[in-house]
Amino acid sequence: MMRRKDLLMTILGVILCLTAIAAGQTRRFPPPDFQSGYEMPTTETPPPDADFYEYIAVAVLAAALGVGTYFIFVKRSRKYAWALMIFSLAFFGFWRMGCVCPIGATQNMAVSMFDPGYAVPITVLIIFLLPLALSLFHGRVFCGTVCPLGAIQDVVLLKPLSVPFWLESSLRLLGYLYLGLALVLAITGAGFIICQYDPFVSFFRLSGNFGVLAIGGAFLIMGVFIGRPYCRFLCPYGILLRQLSRLSKWKVKISPDECVKCRLCEDSCPFGAIRKPTGEASSEELAARKKILAVLILLFPFIVLAGGFGGSQISGLLSRSHHDVRLADRIYLEESGQVEGTTDESEAFRGTGESIESLYELSAEIQAEFSRGSWILGGFIGLVIGGTLIKHTIRRNSDEYLADAGDCLACGRCFEYCPRERLRLSKLQEDKQVLYG
Amino acid sequence: MAEKDSKDTSRRSFLHDGLWGISMAALGSLAGFAFSRTAKEKTVWQIDPYKCTCCGKCTTECVLALSAVKCVHVYAMCGYCELCTGYFDPDPHELDTGAENQLCPTGAIIRTFIEDPYYSYAIDEDLCNGCGKCVKGCNAFGNGSLFLQIRHNLCVNCNKCAIAAACPSQAIKKVPADEPYILKQVG
Repeated sequence: MMRRKDLLMTILGVILCLTAIAAGQTRRFPPPDFQSGYEMPTTETPPPDADFYEYIAVAVLAAALGVGTYFIFVKRSRKYAWALMIFSLAFFGFWRMGCVCPIGATQNMAVSMFDPGYAVPITVLIIFLLPLALSLFHGRVFCGTVCPLGAIQDVVLLKPLSVPFWLESSLRLLGYLYLGLALVLAITGAGFIICQYDPFVSFFRLSGNFGVLAIGGAFLIMGVFIGRPYCRFLCPYGILLRQLSRLSKWKVKISPDECVKCRLCEDSCPFGAIRKPTGEASSEELAARKKILAVLILLFPFIVLAGGFGGSQISGLLSRSHHDVRLADRIYLEESGQVEGTTDESEAFRGTGESIESLYELSAEIQAEFSRGSWILGGFIGLVIGGTLIKHTIRRNSDEYLADAGDCLACGRCFEYCPRERLRLSKLQEDKQVLYG
Repeated sequence: MAEKDSKDTSRRSFLHDGLWGISMAALGSLAGFAFSRTAKEKTVWQIDPYKCTCCGKCTTECVLALSAVKCVHVYAMCGYCELCTGYFDPDPHELDTGAENQLCPTGAIIRTFIEDPYYSYAIDEDLCNGCGKCVKGCNAFGNGSLFLQIRHNLCVNCNKCAIAAACPSQAIKKVPADEPYILKQVG
């Protein structure tokens, strides 16, 4: 029985093949002339969501940034800010499913700068620019109250541990590296790694592949003890916001009133953004710092150059993240007989009938781009390391507790801890009741 | 000392204001430059059926648990064959709708008798996982009226389509949202 079916299929196959050749690859079987009055259905083409939803998202983003600024700067209330953060988590996270976000839009913007054929939708442009523009006036209100990636980490933060300052500063370099790498890979066309490895988007969509879910889970578990690890140590958009916020016109203050140095706010910030008063420096310390600074400034160009050289060493490795470079490598191996068999990619390429030489040329072009890109990436990292060292050598006197403009995520936690602030908000009466019954 | 302090402060605030102005100008010119290149229309991801090699990655790479890629059927191209090579396993026991005879791993193709000897084939998109096995079968011996498309009622339109990143033939590209499908043409 089996054999007969086999035979039947083979014969049919052969006949079909012959028909196919005769019919020139298409329409081997003409559609029948139905006698029963059967009507062919048409193919359904359900349309995508209307643009309308994206404009709503932009409007909600603008409104949320406005309201967030009001809550942090005027109302100065952690509760209101928290409520807004939960709303943003629900709206931008779970309802909009995390896309498009300003963090990922960084890559689209970078590509559009270098590729004239690449157009960024106007909504993406606005979503990218609004939080940056606001940070020049009111700091990182976006991070504290609007960003859904920040919000999901903020809600799991139960037992914050403090990260030593040296570790915090070193880990922050990862963010710069991630930003640089993402830009190089986006501009060369290798891919959008910020989106690909977004740790929380699979939670927002309630589905995703195991790898990304595992990364996200690890961040959330870490986030129970370390406040917002992604925001502080990796977020590439956070890097842009950090630098602009350092210049912001109005900065988040623990209290608008005079600081009494009571130290109550010292441990209130789970993100390590509060700086202690420094007091006056001794003249010996200043002299020592000046010497270090002079050395650093002399070394600075060499640090940048060394960074660039280091970057250029990984150019080959980086370029392998590009599809066409990997394909060219594979085809070369197959052509020169170093590997047996083919992959889906190499078969698909041979199916197109394009010439192998033009693929090699394309691959060489892309690799040249990577070579330039990795010099710039390395130089950038050198610049950041040099800059960080110089920044930490310069002493800035302050005689009060201050929220560091770059590090502060505008969450409003410290407001609650400051007794001057409680006095100002006339909450002391409540405190008395709690303390003395 | 006081004089030195105020000099320091004013120098610092001058630097601060200058950098602020530069940043503002940079953001403004970035906005202007990007605006001159903004797309007038929205785009969505779609599979070019003429490039697709039915490798099966659409099933596993989509960020959705059940892929937004589905098999679609251009009925006008179909031959309505009794022996459909998109429907039947290459080695069927019987030419009937038994699960063991079907090529589709999820039984998503509905085979209906129309008139002798013609059968219609429709896709149940709730079951289809976009594996493309039927597409391969249809292309091999049939008219190629079955092919894979991203369904926009399901697709969440990621900034970078995860399937596009993994597609071995780079068959997934951005298309204008008002023409969101690349249907095969009769001919």
